[in-house]
Order: sequence, then C-alpha cells, then structure tokens
Amino acid sequence: MSDPVVADTRRLNSKPQDLSDAYGPPSNFLEIDVYDPQIIGVGRGRYTTYEVRMRTNLPIFKLKDSCVRRRYSDFEWLKNELERDSKIVVPPLPGKALKRQLPFRGDEGLFEESFIEERRSGLEQFINRIAGHPLAQNERCLHMFLQEESIDRNYIPGKV
Amino acid sequence: MSFFGFGQSADIDIVLNDAETRKKAEHKSEDGRKDKYFLFYDGETVSGKVNVTLKYPGKRLEHNGIKIEFVGQIELYYDRGNHHEFVSLVKDLARPGELTQSQTFDFEFTHVEKPYESYTGQNVKLRYFLRATVSRRLNDISKELDIVVHTLSTYPELNSSIKMEVGIEDCLHIEFEYNKSKYHLKDVIVGKIYFLLVRIKIRHMEIDIIKRETTGTGPNVYHENDTIAKYEIMDGAPVRGESIPIRLFLAGYEMTPTMRDINKKFSVRYYLNLVLIDEEERRYFKQQEITLWRKGDIVRKSMSHQAAIASQRFEGSSHPEKATSGVFLT
Repeated sequence: MSDPVVADTRRLNSKPQDLSDAYGPPSNFLEIDVYDPQIIGVGRGRYTTYEVRMRTNLPIFKLKDSCVRRRYSDFEWLKNELERDSKIVVPPLPGKALKRQLPFRGDEGLFEESFIEERRSGLEQFINRIAGHPLAQNERCLHMFLQEESIDRNYIPGKV
Repeated sequence: MSFFGFGQSADIDIVLNDAETRKKAEHKSEDGRKDKYFLFYDGETVSGKVNVTLKYPGKRLEHNGIKIEFVGQIELYYDRGNHHEFVSLVKDLARPGELTQSQTFDFEFTHVEKPYESYTGQNVKLRYFLRATVSRRLNDISKELDIVVHTLSTYPELNSSIKMEVGIEDCLHIEFEYNKSKYHLKDVIVGKIYFLLVRIKIRHMEIDIIKRETTGTGPNVYHENDTIAKYEIMDGAPVRGESIPIRLFLAGYEMTPTMRDINKKFSVRYYLNLVLIDEEERRYFKQQEITLWRKGDIVRKSMSHQAAIASQRFEGSSHPEKATSGVFLT
C-alpha cells in the first residue's frame, strides 16, 4: 500500500447555506427584562414588584411577547419549584436581605434605591439564565411565572 | 591477599550488539521524566553481551549461576507486588562455579515475540527489559536494561467515516462527521459540524481528545480520564445551515495507539469529545471513540525480515457506530 506523503486535509463537502437562514432572524431569540420597580401597599406590609417582560421567537413559549408583574417571593417560588421537580442546577437569586427588614436602620431598608437596583439586576440575570435552559423550558412553573398574569400556588406541577 | 570483611562483588553491564545502529525512542517514565531507550519491534532478535566486571581484581567471585532473562511484564500500581509476566525467556550463561577474572558472555534471544506496546500510564505500566543475574548464596547481583517496544499497523482495509445526527429535541440538532474512525498517530482529523436547529445561544464550540485508561476487571474496574487536547473550532453563535470545519493535527499531542484489553489487564482508549458551550456556561457534549494506531516508518533495508512482517499486522478492529440520536447531557 503506498503511503501518501502529505495527509489529505481538504474540507469535507457541505451543503451551501440558505441565505434566509444566514441573514434571517436567529431561531434562539429570547430576551427578558426586569424593570419598573413599584412599591405596593403602605406601612410595614409594603413590598416591591417588578415588571417582567419576555420577548422570544422560541416555539415552546405560547406568547411571543408577554408582560407580568412579579415580586421577590415569586422568584423564590420559581426557584424552589425547579429545584424540586427537575434535575437542573438552578442559578442563585440575589440575597434575601433579611437585615434590611429590621427596624431602626439609618436608610430606607428594603426600599433603598441602590438596593432595589441591585436586586432588579440580580433578578434579571437569574430569569434570563433559567429561561434559556432547555430542561427548564419544559417545566410548567416557568411558563406560568413568565406568561400568566398571576401565579397559582395550587397548580399541578408537571412538564409542558 | 584477602581484605578482611570485604567480599568479592561485581558490576554487570548489558550491551546490545546493534547498539550503534538501533534507533532509540523516547518514553515517559512514571515520574514524568522522558528518557530514550532502544526501540524494538515484535519478532526482532535481541542479542548482545553481558560484561561481568569484578570489583576487586585477583579475588574470586563464587556464584550459583549466571543467567540473562528477557521479560515482558504488566505492573498495576495498586498491586505492585504482583508482576504479570506475559513474556519470560531465560538463557543460562554460566553454571554454578567461580569467576577468577572479569568475563564477557554472549547471548541471543532469537525472534522474540513482543505482542504489546510499552506503556507507562497513570495506574499501570507495561515494560520489557533484559535482566542479567549473578546468583549467590546470600545476595544476587543483577542489572536491568529497559527497552521500548512499539506495535505497528498498516492502513486498515475498512475505515469508515463517523457521521451522526444528535441533539436535544426542539432545542439543538447537529450533524457531526469525522472523516475516519481509525487514525494513525500523525494523522489529521478532518470533519465538520452542521447545524440543523439552533434554539439555544451558543457561545463557542471545541473538540477535546480524551484518553481513558481502564484497569482492573469485574467490580473493580477503574477508569482514569485525561483530557489530552482541547481545540476550539468555533467562536460565536451559529445559525441553521452553517457548517463548521474541523482540522485537528494529531502529531502535536502525546498519544499511544489504542490498546484493548491487554493481556486482560488494562485498556487505553481514545475519544473525541465535541463540546458546545452556551452563554450561560452550560455544556452540551457528544463523545465518540476513535481508534489510534501506529504507522511504521518506511521499511528500511536494515530492518529484519520478521519486523517487516510484523509491521503488516493490523491489530483489532472497532465496530462501526450505528446511526442513532445522540445522548446530550448538560
């Protein structure tokens, strides 16, 4: 058997790419914004809600553009549901900031502007990370969190 | 004249007859050092001289026999006491008696079978060596000379390409192709990755070569994985219809031929691991075994007839992979 002196390193043949695929919108568009913090209620029972807006072209999401209001404990609920029902390693949430709930602070505590911004940013990071996870996209809790007006805590957990 | 308290002793030296002409090969020792040893192939004759030099001239050396052995053995690190010898040849050089002066003995092991390649790994070592021994009542004098053996193969008759479609339902579908399933150690892996569906945000893609050393049998099987190479083949987000080429030169990496179930004691296998990483650092991968083999140099006239025949032998054959939907793990 004769030995080729130089190995054949030419590229393998490949199908030419369809131009509409090459220059069209990508199939993985998914963007979630967490913004517009609003303080609801008065006195000691006050809490902050955030607007969670999702824009996507992924077929697994029923709505391509959705907008809901969520508070920190809703994000906690989502994290717990995913940790219990799926094998996913769920990314961390921004801190619970229990200290800020104590009285006699020098500042606004939970409603301090810089703290709210920090929390908003952390929540945005969290939801973008988890919504892009192929296994999380199969969970009903994620769809309910992102696209239903309110979270039904008595829902039946399961896969989409 | 006898020195009170000093017994006679001797130094042993093993010299090969073709030490001037025989090639040497580099081989890494257990502690990571690279040394050069004489290179042999299956079927070649091992011949030379054993020089026994008396330490104190004029004094006799009494002995129970002088011999030389050619040994091929496997040593498992977790079981050092037990050497598994798969080749064991011995030649007697002198019957029990005494040496009155330094002496040289000729030896020849003709057309020695050396079925496996020398290997020094993480948990196991396979080595060949000559050992000359002067047996004595209280303590033997011995000397070892390690050699290195390479096993050669020629271009396999059957060398199908590897082509498979794998992915995660509705999220990511790719078709990967490697031009061969059997590569020699200085070969080039030519391939491509074709994207059929991309619904995740991929940041980059790499191909790794993983070496897996398996020792032990039954319930005591132990796998040691080592990533030999990491080679980025794509930076950025692909879309549907895109083809990413692969061209990976193997000569730059330290690898051995694939060794399957050597003397039922260990295996060394190689895998290509295609890894896609998304924007959130999640990893998606597909592992595929490849067979590595050692190609002989152009047969020189000085190579013995036996070694030329040995280089024609092809060792082992892998089963071609069935086309299946791959298993992707995050």
